[in-house]
Amino acid sequence: MSRIQETFGQLMARHEKALVAFVTAGDPDPARSLEVIEALCDAGVDILELGVPFSDPTADGPVIQRSSGRALAAGMTLARVLEMTEKIRRFSQVPIVLFSYYNPILAYGLDRFYREAVASGADGVLVVDLPPEESDEMTSRWEGNALDVIRLVAPTTPMERMKRIAAEASGFLYLVSMTGVTGSGGLDLDEVSEVAGCLRSVSPLPICVGFGISTPEQTARVAGMADGVVVGSAFERVIEDNLDDPNLAGRVGTFAGALKEATRLVG
Amino acid sequence: MTTAATYGPLPDRRGHFGPYGGQYVAETLMPALLELEAAYREAKGDPAFQASFQELLAQYAGRPTPLFSARRLTASAGGAKIYLKREDLAHTGAHKINNTLGQVLLADWMGKRKVIAETGAGQHGVATATAAALFGMECKIFMGTEDVRRQAPNVQRMRLLGAEVVPVASGTGTLKDAMNEAMRYWVGAVRDTFYVIGSVAGPHPYPMMVRDFQRVIGDETRRQILDREGRLPDVLIACVGGGSNAMGLFYPFLDDPVEMIGVEAAGHGIESGKHAATLGAGTVGVLHGSKSYLLQDSGGQIQEAHSISAGLDYPGVGPEHALLKEQGRARYESIRDGEALDAFSKLSRLEGIIPALESAHAVAWALKEAARRPADQVIVVNLSGRGDKDLAIVAAALEMPDTKD
Repeated sequence: MSRIQETFGQLMARHEKALVAFVTAGDPDPARSLEVIEALCDAGVDILELGVPFSDPTADGPVIQRSSGRALAAGMTLARVLEMTEKIRRFSQVPIVLFSYYNPILAYGLDRFYREAVASGADGVLVVDLPPEESDEMTSRWEGNALDVIRLVAPTTPMERMKRIAAEASGFLYLVSMTGVTGSGGLDLDEVSEVAGCLRSVSPLPICVGFGISTPEQTARVAGMADGVVVGSAFERVIEDNLDDPNLAGRVGTFAGALKEATRLVG
Repeated sequence: MTTAATYGPLPDRRGHFGPYGGQYVAETLMPALLELEAAYREAKGDPAFQASFQELLAQYAGRPTPLFSARRLTASAGGAKIYLKREDLAHTGAHKINNTLGQVLLADWMGKRKVIAETGAGQHGVATATAAALFGMECKIFMGTEDVRRQAPNVQRMRLLGAEVVPVASGTGTLKDAMNEAMRYWVGAVRDTFYVIGSVAGPHPYPMMVRDFQRVIGDETRRQILDREGRLPDVLIACVGGGSNAMGLFYPFLDDPVEMIGVEAAGHGIESGKHAATLGAGTVGVLHGSKSYLLQDSGGQIQEAHSISAGLDYPGVGPEHALLKEQGRARYESIRDGEALDAFSKLSRLEGIIPALESAHAVAWALKEAARRPADQVIVVNLSGRGDKDLAIVAAALEMPDTKD
């Protein structure tokens, strides 16, 4: 059983929903990024999405774009993200999903990426600009299936397409909560509930909802409709607002703790 | 030489030109691209749609544009005969209008009333704003802050045409960043908004659709040169940023024994690292929805492009060009900023035609190419646009000789 499946099993037994935390690896620099991640793990985050910084993140809003910029300026590369994954494994067994645009993976080498990601202790990969139509070229180069491929479903995705995406997915399904980039406003919870219901009817996989969720209140409400809640830009905003604070990691940890609490109240 | 049998009908059903092209976008956009592709394939086969498009080209864009025999330019090069395909005489002053009329007509056909576009030099922005005005549509144009500064007259034109110009300050404030921002905006507005992409780049079906709308350049050139010379040209030359004017010129000749040369911007020189020669010095990767050649570092991060011409200042290139390069069907060369400026001045003085800086790159290569070919050969250069928008840049560059290269 994969670490991701195991985690959802345990959460269900505890009547909790998953808090999936996204941070850009290497933001604001590799050392402090690792401290932030340790604080997230200590705060009880259930799944870690580790963002591979990319120069042109067209599916992300300005907050994550700036976080990518800081990480790249601090010398972050995909190779260093994999080293960071190894280091995280020394203090945590939290499932790790590598969140990337396709080009850095393509430049790294598709089979080399798979080998080294598995060896580093990563559990899954989410390539935001690689729809099912194109993803065979990546996975067909892999020598096994030790990495879950997390798929996105959007509010614009029609039912037939949902079925097809669900059939090819593993780990969990990532439901984009709004028609927009990460961190944008205008979260429509009625729409989320409706799309989550459709998705639930076509797939037994856990459903995690993300994009635009930034407060414990929203987290609690979305947790009531899904198996997990993904928060990203809100963490990056805390990092960005506290770049010079020696207690940066502590602040991110406190915020994560409040969000995690919100996923416990729903069960 | 590639023939019809080897080139075949491209792209394939999934939008691939050999290993290039495709649809590398976030899931939110996939349904919109699939809808667009289906609508376009239907429109392409619909006689009423095609008749409307042809009528717009003839009655509104001013087509056909002339094929001009540039005698003084030819004499100055001292070799092969140079013809200029006068896309600078199309409405709005560049070939861009062919494509935007096609796409806005399609948007109208699909019932979408809002359009967005990205622009570098502003020619595509002006052409989109123009077509949107003609159809009474709401229009937003994303443009890098650096380009807003460099291309002020076109910003004024877009505003006069009723479009909202959205300055994009991220990155280097150029075309790449404008395209990022347009894609982001589209992700949020995809349900009622049509994205008018300005080159043969982006995700499928854009490279195919833009090529089809621009092939009128090559179709006309073919008829005109047969009429004038009684034979096909020996060489076609066009500048390549994203590559739409070049693709439009080349496409109808792909099965003919005609050489093709795409001219990229070498900026300060390829060795300087400050250039936009994607096919000449880039590597294969994925950006803005398709796989093609890119300017990138070894870690897959996109690098800045540089050219004195805002329209060529893009680190990617259309996927069909990547295939033509790989097949050896077309050759890709590059011209430095200073060489383009020289050609700009030369064409202005010798023929009374002030070319766009983009087109001046093609003219510069044509002068070299003509000089090494005999007088009985024929070269057609695509003069993709006129240079009014570039006067401030050219004046500043010519006054400061040290910025010429």
